[in-house]
Amino acid sequence: MNFVNLYNFLIPGLIIVAQIFAVIVPVLISVAFLVFAERKVLALIQLRKGPNIVGPFGLFQSIADALKLITKENIIPSGSNKIVFLLAPIITMVLSLAGWAVIPFAPGWVISDINVGIMYLFAVSSLGVYGIIMAGWASNSQYPFLGALRSAAQMVSYEVSIGFVIITVLLCVGSLNLSKIVMAQETIWFAIPLLPMFIIFFVSALAETNRLPFDLPEDESTLVAGFFTEYSSASFVLFFLGEYASMILMSSMTVILFLGGWLPPFDIYPLNAIPGIFWFTIKIIFILFLFIWVRGTLPRYRYDQLMRLGWKVFLPLSLLWVVITSGFLIWFDMVPK
Amino acid sequence: MIKYLKAFLLFELIQGMTLTLKYMFKAKVTINYPHEKGPLSPRFRGEHALRRYPSGEERCIACKLCEAVCPAQAITIEAEPRDDGSRRTTRYDIDMTKCIYCGLCEESCPVDAIVEGPNFEFATETREELMYNKAKLLENGDRWEHQIAQNLQLDSKYR
Repeated sequence: MNFVNLYNFLIPGLIIVAQIFAVIVPVLISVAFLVFAERKVLALIQLRKGPNIVGPFGLFQSIADALKLITKENIIPSGSNKIVFLLAPIITMVLSLAGWAVIPFAPGWVISDINVGIMYLFAVSSLGVYGIIMAGWASNSQYPFLGALRSAAQMVSYEVSIGFVIITVLLCVGSLNLSKIVMAQETIWFAIPLLPMFIIFFVSALAETNRLPFDLPEDESTLVAGFFTEYSSASFVLFFLGEYASMILMSSMTVILFLGGWLPPFDIYPLNAIPGIFWFTIKIIFILFLFIWVRGTLPRYRYDQLMRLGWKVFLPLSLLWVVITSGFLIWFDMVPK
Repeated sequence: MIKYLKAFLLFELIQGMTLTLKYMFKAKVTINYPHEKGPLSPRFRGEHALRRYPSGEERCIACKLCEAVCPAQAITIEAEPRDDGSRRTTRYDIDMTKCIYCGLCEESCPVDAIVEGPNFEFATETREELMYNKAKLLENGDRWEHQIAQNLQLDSKYR
């Protein structure tokens, strides 16, 4: 056994594990507080007070809820495909955490600074649908099945427009590397010149994360709880965590593509002295607030309206903007080298 | 045309979002129930109580009007003359699981003996505990007398 060689692998390996924990632990903690924030904001919109008993201002409510859920019995339906049934929430959770590997939190603060970062992110967020389809199929029950079907159709249709939105941004940047995308926004955030794309991306992100007004896969009023109707205890917690973690992931993607990532709003002294992670977090919180705010405002879409919006409005519109943007870049000779 | 323009500029969405944003800063209607309680009318019909005169003598004269009027037949009374010759109840039971809290017993009572007090938090763990007897009702009367008297006073103009 060659110990020198072992050390050469061990130490970088440990560093990577430490990095992964440094990302995942804050993400999971912020998921807990996101759930709390969602309940609180919805309550405020509905003239209620929201959770305010557990801890100061009820801050530890979601931790109490998680403990309660984990200590409950995990019920596996007898007709279900047990392996797939238990695998589905794990896949959802893992995929929603895997995307964080390429997210740059601040200059250089990224686990793997790969050159196809945005492609990777797009792929991972699209894979999320597999967890849902598996859950719906393995439950062997009608509501989860319908929920899974809806989810699959919905995610496919909205990914198309997300793809075009990403292409528009890439045309302006000339790189698939997320850090380069952020740096390209030093002069102006893409949300301003590409405002319609920003809105399309945000709405598609709502559909992609199954949030209201597009939460048809889990549609309480018609499908009980949609694809996770049959889930309980720890597997339910995994689904829940996965869903909210992918919400945070999508909002960080929005921030990186359109709101200048870690960059301060103006590159002037007191603002650019604050570390980038602060700006990044503030922007993510803003987008997450938008997610919750939209949920508190809009009723659920009907399924055909959802499909119409995806294919007949967003797809042509985003396609048009790809053409307009590329035409503009060629005409004014602004194509990035 | 204007309709399409409105739809594309998300006019109505923005209107709705502004409305919900305004609501976020409005005063909240929630009451933190076990710690705070909502206001009760003096006529509130809660848990029953048998009252006493200030001298300590019980008010009930065993006229059985309440027993007769009770639409749910929740009240059972037995009475016989006491040693000093006055007519008193020996048994006064209310089955709280039958009672519909209509307040007719209270209304029929000529001496304001049986009243429905302001207490509504008398949930129990067993059904048997809800079969109130005379002792329990008198105890309730002693415990809530202050508030019951106040409520009767407040409501006296309308009786």
